[in-house]
Amino acid sequence: MSDASFNASTVTAKGYADEASFGDYFALLKPRVMSLVVFTALVGLLAAPVSVNPVVGFCAILFIAIGGGASGALNMWWDADIDKVMKRTKGRPIPSGKVEPGEAMALGLALSGMSVIMLALATNIFAGAFLAFTIFFYVVIYTMWLKRLTPQNIVIGGAAGAFPPVIGWVAATGSMSLEPWLMFALTFMWTPPHFWALALFMRTDYDDAGVPMLTVTHGRRATRVHILIYTALLAILAVGTAFSGIGGPVYLTVALVLNALFLRGAWRISRRTEEDAEADNFKVERGFFKLSLLYLFLHFGAILVEALLKPFGLGGWS
Amino acid sequence: MSLRKSHELHHRRFSRNLGVGLTLAAFIVIIFGLTIAKVSSSSFTGPAVEVQN
Repeated sequence: MSDASFNASTVTAKGYADEASFGDYFALLKPRVMSLVVFTALVGLLAAPVSVNPVVGFCAILFIAIGGGASGALNMWWDADIDKVMKRTKGRPIPSGKVEPGEAMALGLALSGMSVIMLALATNIFAGAFLAFTIFFYVVIYTMWLKRLTPQNIVIGGAAGAFPPVIGWVAATGSMSLEPWLMFALTFMWTPPHFWALALFMRTDYDDAGVPMLTVTHGRRATRVHILIYTALLAILAVGTAFSGIGGPVYLTVALVLNALFLRGAWRISRRTEEDAEADNFKVERGFFKLSLLYLFLHFGAILVEALLKPFGLGGWS
Repeated sequence: MSLRKSHELHHRRFSRNLGVGLTLAAFIVIIFGLTIAKVSSSSFTGPAVEVQN
């Protein structure tokens, strides 16, 4: 009797060791990506030339973040097969066996619907429709259709990640203008060099998963050249933004410094051979990737500073 | 028999249930706050009152 009960408890403990916790469901929402969504959407909302009730503004950012998280869950549901193969993603809740794919899909769909409806009710229908389009674009156009089809997958995925500041702006104003699209273009052009640098030093991951990353389809030399071209175009755009309605002296200073550093990094990456990179364990590529994180954060931070200075008559060029 | 009989499942899923409970409670607070913010704004207009003859 005692033996039987001992065995039963052992089996039970072993059988439920991998049971999902609340944190595993939260991890389906890709909290790190969500933090970028929250920050850029907040900048979009605060840079808009209208005042927003703080509670409404908070709700708008929350629902945009939930919408972003929902698309992350749907992405994990669809990509569970390749996540299982890649080193970087094999610890995610579905490949690690903690959450069933169907659960992730249900959570993603439920949160998508909830976030879109709530954003439309909290702000305006235009913002809700924009969020719905962003989720559709990321999940259907990028994840389901083009990610496994074209080496330009990162460029397309970058578009989905670039929408939050536009949604934030639309949530505040209910209308559209050039400035949110400059913020969109900043994130859009930043994404390819950011991810291609990652692909250079996460060498076999995408290859093993069969994802047509540029490093796999066109080779590592072509990827290095692509990083330089995109960084040069990004620099023109980022510095040019300084002279728009969301720019100003603070932004211009930040943009000049960061783009000089970013261009220098991209130039060094383009000049390196694989032997150089292997010799120092991709030091330059890793450094460029880290700088890219700071690059986007500080550009949006500078836009935010300009917006926050405006009530005191200091922000912008006036 | 006690209505509050504890099961192994209750202990095992405590953190998950607590997380869901707190999330739902936070959602209620947010919706309440949003409603107050909306009806307090100057642009808010209530539904037209129909006069019954």
